[in-house]
Amino acid sequence: MTQDSDRIHTDIQLDSKLESVDHGEEIVLQAARAIGFDEDDIHRIGIAVRESLVNAVTHGNRFHGRKKVHLRVLVAPDSLTVEIGDEGPGFSKDSVPDPLSAENILKQSGRGLLMMQAFMDEFSVTPRPGAGSLVRMVKRRHAG
Amino acid sequence: MSMTLTTRQVGDVTVIDASGRITLGEGSTAFREKIRELTASGNKKVLLNLADVNYIDSSGIGELVSGFTNVTNQGGAFKLLSLTKRVEDLLQITKLYTVFEVFDDEAAAIRSFN
Repeated sequence: MTQDSDRIHTDIQLDSKLESVDHGEEIVLQAARAIGFDEDDIHRIGIAVRESLVNAVTHGNRFHGRKKVHLRVLVAPDSLTVEIGDEGPGFSKDSVPDPLSAENILKQSGRGLLMMQAFMDEFSVTPRPGAGSLVRMVKRRHAG
Repeated sequence: MSMTLTTRQVGDVTVIDASGRITLGEGSTAFREKIRELTASGNKKVLLNLADVNYIDSSGIGELVSGFTNVTNQGGAFKLLSLTKRVEDLLQITKLYTVFEVFDDEAAAIRSFN
């Protein structure tokens, strides 16, 4: 859960373009580096954020010129919280086919949610107030 | 940050040396085109060297799978060489480590095609 000690690092809107993915990823990685995550965790956070931003741009907003991707980054001494919202039709993660099942293992797509969940400590998808979906991911910095 | 692909021939095996990031957009498109070009010209023994690839997103993983199925559907073989720890982790998470034949040694990989 977000704690009172979490500080808002970023709260911005991005255009629904693939260029926004690189921009958003870099913003989150700057925050992660400032917290002191090691390079392996930085890599994991980067991939999780990238996957979520790509989903927001392509599946959520479908590159719509007037729809925005909402990126909010909260930092605490030992954790990073990333919230990525879109203005699309919304989705349930339970509706996404299991990419690990035998019938899906050789499919070209459908692994993004799996990677986000594997690389972050907390992951949730909820309806975004107004319209769309809100993905919330938390990564904790472990001692040592 | 973008990806480069260089091909070389070792006997009848085509080795693709990749470096950079295989991600949605240019990286994954270039990879798809390369596989298409190789299979169209009859190269059906493909070894993808990922020693200099540290970053693959789900789109890039999808292109690896697509390359694998395209080559094997044409009666060929598509294998991987020299995974970095990060790419190996991704293949473990996605359970694709059991799908691809993976080698650490190029000579052994080349021999395995025959």
